[in-house]
Amino acid sequence: MSKRSPHDVLVIGAGVVGAACAYYAARAGLAVTVIDRGPVAGGTTGAGEGNLLVSDKEPGPELDLALLSTGLWQTIAEQLGEQIEYEAKGGLVVASAEAGMTALRAFAAEQAKAGVVSTEIPGDRLAELEPHLAPGLAGGFHYSQDAQVQPALAAAHLLRASGASVRLGETVTAIRTGPSGEVLGVTTDRGRIDAPAVINAAGTWGGDLAALAGVALPVLPRRGFVLVTEPLPRIVRHKVYAADYVADVASGSAALQTSAVVEGTPAGPVLIGASRERVGFDRTLSVEVLQRLAANAAALFPVLRTVAVQRAYRGFRPYLPDHLPAIGADPRVPGLYHACGHEGAGIGLAPATGLLIARQLTGERPELDLTPFRADRFDEAAA
Amino acid sequence: MPTSPSERPAPYDLAVIGAGPAGLAAAVTAAELGLRCVLLDAGPRPGGQYYRHPAPGLGAAHPERLHHGWSAFTGLTGRLAASTVTHLTEHHVWTAEQGDTWRLHATVGAGSTGSAVVEAKAVLLATGAYERQLPFPGWTLPGVVTAGGAQAMLKAGLVLPGRRIVVAGSGPLLLAAASSLVSAGAGVPAVVEAGNYLGYARGLGTLAANPAKLVEGAGHGARLLRGKVRLRRSSAVVEAHGTDRVTGVTVARLDAEWRPVPGTERRIDCDALAVGHGLLPQIELATELGAETVLTADRTVALKVDDGLRTSLPGLWAAGETCGVGGADLAIAEGELAARVIAGAPVPTALRRRRDRRRAFAGLMAAAHRPGPGWTDWLRPDTDVCRCEEVSVAAVREAVEELGATDSRTVKLLTRAGMGWCQGRMCGPAVACLSGSSELRPDSRPLSCPVPLAQLADGS
Repeated sequence: MSKRSPHDVLVIGAGVVGAACAYYAARAGLAVTVIDRGPVAGGTTGAGEGNLLVSDKEPGPELDLALLSTGLWQTIAEQLGEQIEYEAKGGLVVASAEAGMTALRAFAAEQAKAGVVSTEIPGDRLAELEPHLAPGLAGGFHYSQDAQVQPALAAAHLLRASGASVRLGETVTAIRTGPSGEVLGVTTDRGRIDAPAVINAAGTWGGDLAALAGVALPVLPRRGFVLVTEPLPRIVRHKVYAADYVADVASGSAALQTSAVVEGTPAGPVLIGASRERVGFDRTLSVEVLQRLAANAAALFPVLRTVAVQRAYRGFRPYLPDHLPAIGADPRVPGLYHACGHEGAGIGLAPATGLLIARQLTGERPELDLTPFRADRFDEAAA
Repeated sequence: MPTSPSERPAPYDLAVIGAGPAGLAAAVTAAELGLRCVLLDAGPRPGGQYYRHPAPGLGAAHPERLHHGWSAFTGLTGRLAASTVTHLTEHHVWTAEQGDTWRLHATVGAGSTGSAVVEAKAVLLATGAYERQLPFPGWTLPGVVTAGGAQAMLKAGLVLPGRRIVVAGSGPLLLAAASSLVSAGAGVPAVVEAGNYLGYARGLGTLAANPAKLVEGAGHGARLLRGKVRLRRSSAVVEAHGTDRVTGVTVARLDAEWRPVPGTERRIDCDALAVGHGLLPQIELATELGAETVLTADRTVALKVDDGLRTSLPGLWAAGETCGVGGADLAIAEGELAARVIAGAPVPTALRRRRDRRRAFAGLMAAAHRPGPGWTDWLRPDTDVCRCEEVSVAAVREAVEELGATDSRTVKLLTRAGMGWCQGRMCGPAVACLSGSSELRPDSRPLSCPVPLAQLADGS
């Protein structure tokens, strides 16, 4: 390797996380190339709702990431806000009974210590925030830091803004390593690309990519469906969800779970989630899931009963057993970095992920301790 | 409300989806062979798009005058009336669940206010086709209708879209549409066909084996001659003019790749334009379940079937346009053939031969009307590609050239093209072409039609 490669960093994956990695690495002065076997936003990014949430996260490493990301998204939005349909709409978590409110109150108090801003809304004042909510709910919490982007646009515009060289429709077939196990570059179906650093931003396929470098990373798909209504006037103003959503997000169960998550979009349609199932990459439409999503949404917003569901889509969240992503240098393979396994929070957590990896690449001190996100954390458990 | 298994009716032996030529033929044949058969269709009357006919209230004395092969249709409806087939009208199937027993979920009624779940041991998909549209400047003006739409208006409502109607696009439907319009009293100043019809000459053997098709063509031709209709081959409408309604079109000659030849433009005055570029198989109920597909000679995606018209999914058969567009005679032959295979009855050699001949003709027809890649040259940056979401050519090109979209799904995500009411049925082919993707995949359409949310919510 006498000649220096023109590439400092190869990012594998052109979803929102890969785009954010490219964006921050390029801003740090590195020469970045992004490779994806498909188009931009072709995987989980293109199937997401674009949630930038702090409200659903308990205090801990993921919430710290989310809070860092919230600020980064605000900065990105100053430049790209309109193109990526950024909306600082706020979240509203509602409880149907007083017991639910008690739990939400305790949860919000813990979050507040970490820097999450929330306001309790008594049941009789929910209508001021969401006039079409079902009557009789016990109350809720308003989270002003929750926001939304259109995820495919976010990925595409971040990637364009990065100025990175982008190679789409090119499949990485090998990660090449040197005598001491260090990364030398990749082989693709079109040839060889040398680079001292490779970032695994392959989302749900991150485990397969890690395997190419000879290391294990247990990323599994967790399927979700979203219902899309016909375009409507603004009848849902915030991201509104039921309190049991938080428990579902944190659960590791393989069984089907559904909880109501309802939000409007600038284009008009209302998006209705969220379901979670571990069924591999099965793309078959599940009527049962659609029915449960619709029932949950109608319970929160009875007005939706009269609208037409125009389409549905499914995606596969990249899930790691402890629900935390893999972020940063892999101690097992020098030069290999991971940026995957964000489950359903990848859009929100993308900028923090990209920034933290850029810090590592340039030898600067990351804003957060990356230990909880180390990719080798599952090795001991397995041993 | 849960239903106990004992209350649930036994599954049908066969559910046929679609009551056009293929579905009707399949349902009556299956019932006559002893199968318990249910026929579901979105329309209020049997016939599908092809045998669309006026509501009885309109008092049409001679609907057959607008139809080719009307006696075949009345033969099928006569057999249907005499059969044990359960005919469920205004049942629009929005998804099928696969299994030893299939479950078909349908909205019911013109306003989709009701719902039904129909169970069957086997399913035959006879959902027909819809028209392929290629955009051009002015195509969203009032007075511009689809060629099939013009025929449907005429057949169902006895209404003409205008008095002086240019018919344009590509495919045999154009001659049929022009012939119907002339019969109904409209002036048709030109039929503008992008293909050159030379493709048919390459398949003389296939033509000779399908004399009925020649007679059919000759019938249209004679009617068009009497109506003084000029057929312009290797030409296209490259722009429709008008402010609040179409008042004329510009027609240009095309090269072999369908690229407009500069300097050949001429203007034709008209008050309506009926335009279509062939038909696309309507197969999402099967492709959403992962059924295998084939690419037809005119670059449409059709279901892959074997000799017995079995799809790649156990228990699912297909007949007619869903296996590749080929017209009503082929659809009837395939409907009958599939029903016999499903019933375990022998397939007569004559039926098999008739079907194979018609299928060969369909392939010849598809090849003769394959859209050339040069058609995108007649677009302008501000031409809307997706009319539901008002997405322009420039927006699609930006997504492809600058934002990393390499297929129509990503163009859709980045521009909303195809996300509106028609779910990409109108703009799908154009977007696929503009995305530069060489790979043609079936469009993803998990719900075959919109479903009222309450219907989903109450089904759980």
